[in-house]
Amino acid sequence: MKQKEFNFKDYIRNRYFPHIWCPGCGHGIVLGALLRAVHELGLEKNEIVVTSGIGCSSRISGYVDFHTLHTIHGRALAFATGVKLSKPSLKAIVPMGDGDALAIGGNHFIHAARRNIDITAIVMNNRIYGMTGGQFSPLSGSGKKATTAPYLTIDRAFDIVDLAKSAGATFVARSTVFHATESKDIIKKAITHKGFSVVEILTQCPTYYGRKNKEGDAIQMMEGFNTHTAKIGSKKLENNPNLIQRGIFVEDKTVPEYCEAYDQIIATAMKESL
Amino acid sequence: MTTHNNIRFIQGNEACVEGAIYAGINFFAGYPITPSTEIAEHLASRLPQQGGKFIQMEDEIASMGAIIGASLTGNKVMTATSGPGFSLKQEALGYACMAEIPCVIANVQRGGPSTGNPTHVSQGDINQARWGTHGDHAIIAMTASSHQDVFNITVDAFNMAETYRTPVIILLDEVIGHMREKLVIPDPGVIPVVKRLQTSVPKDVDYHPYLPREDGRLPMSDFGGEHRYNVTGLFHDMWGFPSNDPKIVRGLLRHLVDKIENNVSDITRYKEYWLDNAEYVLVSYGAAARSSIHLARNRQARGVKLGVLELQTIWPFPAELVREKCAGAKAVMVVEMNMGQLVAQVKSAVDTPDKVFLCNRIDGELISPTDIKTALRMIQGKGV
Repeated sequence: MKQKEFNFKDYIRNRYFPHIWCPGCGHGIVLGALLRAVHELGLEKNEIVVTSGIGCSSRISGYVDFHTLHTIHGRALAFATGVKLSKPSLKAIVPMGDGDALAIGGNHFIHAARRNIDITAIVMNNRIYGMTGGQFSPLSGSGKKATTAPYLTIDRAFDIVDLAKSAGATFVARSTVFHATESKDIIKKAITHKGFSVVEILTQCPTYYGRKNKEGDAIQMMEGFNTHTAKIGSKKLENNPNLIQRGIFVEDKTVPEYCEAYDQIIATAMKESL
Repeated sequence: MTTHNNIRFIQGNEACVEGAIYAGINFFAGYPITPSTEIAEHLASRLPQQGGKFIQMEDEIASMGAIIGASLTGNKVMTATSGPGFSLKQEALGYACMAEIPCVIANVQRGGPSTGNPTHVSQGDINQARWGTHGDHAIIAMTASSHQDVFNITVDAFNMAETYRTPVIILLDEVIGHMREKLVIPDPGVIPVVKRLQTSVPKDVDYHPYLPREDGRLPMSDFGGEHRYNVTGLFHDMWGFPSNDPKIVRGLLRHLVDKIENNVSDITRYKEYWLDNAEYVLVSYGAAARSSIHLARNRQARGVKLGVLELQTIWPFPAELVREKCAGAKAVMVVEMNMGQLVAQVKSAVDTPDKVFLCNRIDGELISPTDIKTALRMIQGKGV
């Protein structure tokens, strides 16, 4: 049977719109990539739980017509762990901002990765706290301007991919909102992967990060994602190894998934209690 | 029928575990902390034996988050902690109040503030249980002074969490948590167990997750089921959609308070000893109630009309009950192991607050019958 053509309206809650994102914000492209990925995978809406924290990106949970859990700042992965472990048949997707995921939520991020629980974490990295009006995040990096860094940041940035790799995530990838189709394809693989998946998507905040740091308007910022990144294994990267790498960095299918491992615990406990 | 298989000689923390299992717990998330750790240890062993899930999370906040997530897929859930961990859970506890998620939080109290006195007894979290989160809301908090009662109030806590769609706090203390005594586990069915109220709205018909029925209850639909809806900590309408419409904000806040405060008599659990014609009444709870009862029994034998009102429901505070039971007393003494947290409630509940006195101990040792007797003699004007 030929798959029905993708229609946004099949996957969103009309009542929730218009969305809260600023003109030029990249988050809508991530939302589009996520919904197209779900569509192309042919997933049922009833089998998906989207859990989010607090921030601009976390509002995705309200917009999508899945089971949705809009939680507290930084803790989405902890709530999602409860959802997933208690009902492993559900697909758990967690859209997060960079501050939500790696500042206040950093502990949950590394521990979800360590456990290798089957959750897809999509980190929408715009290097700024947007909802509160432009404070620097752990992804801003040094020498950047923000409302809480009027004399430029001295804090160094995390590398999300390296962090996820070292914490034990078994699927780690990066793309940008300039590369919408690539983002969609990566999200598809991440959802399909059995284990903790991290997809970092660079996205622009022209309102705060772009304006404060003179990076131009949304289009210029998006073009920057094209200029400053290169696909793993590409000629472009070979010629300029300092570019930010895009693509899939880790795809390890040998590590046991947490819920499946727990099923073994149940089997053992039941046997021993007989 | 009670057979010897139903009898245990165990710690209070284990009695709490037995109560949780009787009530149908199938998901626990926790983090090690003295003096509550035995609850996690025993559930780590017991839950998978019956197909349930136990997870040790990375911190107290994550444990609270995980049980909320697991409750939404249709499970009966609990976490356990002590003072500092209870502080960490407060934001997510407030979330569970706001999003009306049934869950149970056991707080085995230790001395505070801060790291305090981890291995010693205290009842210092009475007010934290009530006011630890930001904003207004009602809460249910229960306690007990014997292992049989720990078992019973744990079943009650799970039942009330389902009935009122709310977090329920079990406030044990270090003495009750670690003391060993006898527990008789009732046969299944002896104590009623409240099941999750599921919506009867069929597939493809609009389900309003936050529209109360006529009786005030909110039927649920499990995540993964036919009804997809939004759960949020923002003020929300009957669909679960965020709203700052003043009418909706006021209506939801009133609902969160009224659903509990309007049912104080159904939620109240207490025990009374020698209260008929009592000239002096001890109001107490938890381990302090054991010493109170001991002293009263001893004084009764000597003809002193001393009674005890043991509160098992702390919040919502049963003001009407306390007023009634203390009405005929010459003096009321609140016996507790803190700087006087419940005494303020008792003073505001009775007709003559001047006759209410505090008898407390705050040094990490269990308050003894002698401590209470000494205070009583001072009130009686008999000297120490």
